[in-house]
Amino acid sequence: MLSNSSMRTPLGRVRGLGSAKSGTGHFWLQRVTAVSNLILTVIFIGIVIALVGRPYPAAIALLSNPCVAILMLLFILSACIHMRLGMQVIVEDYVQSEGAKVLAVMANTFFAIAVGAASVYAVLKLSFGG
Amino acid sequence: MAEVKPAARPLSPHLQIYRWSWTMAMSVAHRVTGTGLYLGTVLIAAWLVAAASGPAAFDTAQAIAGSFLGRLVLFLYSFSLIHHMCGGLRHFVWDMGKGYEPQTRMNMAKFTLVASVSLTVLVWIVVLVLR
Repeated sequence: MLSNSSMRTPLGRVRGLGSAKSGTGHFWLQRVTAVSNLILTVIFIGIVIALVGRPYPAAIALLSNPCVAILMLLFILSACIHMRLGMQVIVEDYVQSEGAKVLAVMANTFFAIAVGAASVYAVLKLSFGG
Repeated sequence: MAEVKPAARPLSPHLQIYRWSWTMAMSVAHRVTGTGLYLGTVLIAAWLVAAASGPAAFDTAQAIAGSFLGRLVLFLYSFSLIHHMCGGLRHFVWDMGKGYEPQTRMNMAKFTLVASVSLTVLVWIVVLVLR
């Protein structure tokens, strides 16, 4: 929180500082990944439906098919970037304290990277016959 | 320097003040489904890692996914995914500067719910027919 001991009003303190200069990039990347998610999610639902009822060897054969694996990797990448941006907005809207906010935004990034890395590792391991 | 307490500044009213409307409900639902999808990625990652770990782990994951609770979570996840997707389409319309008229907004919000419920049921009919 900004210091409460100043004689200056909150508006006076921020006037002239300008924006953080990163809002447009956040907004645009959210839109770009929304478009790619739209395409990749439909494909992902199709892949999951194709996996229904398959025994292990057949499921692995499908997931390790190069086209399926590449689309899965793109889906994971696009979804993780999109969800990180979205959760950051939610955190910034609802977490009041500055310290908790910084920690939550950081934890959000760690979460998105961890989930993405685990998923990418699994798809690559399946693809390369591990 | 003298301590000056900032004046109690007026805050904009929060959720509980407003009468619920379709647009508000779908806006809240967009955030709720987004959060659900966010947390649900842990399950997708776990399922993929299980598949990469071998037949035993994969069979365990499939058994969990096939249980009553597993299917409930899968159903909710698929609905969240499709609802968030339909909500996103609405945002694309708004991003292009269209669809801000009161009646259009209401219709788009209602369509989001109708389309997402219909598509989710359709996906599950396909799943049940295939298995």
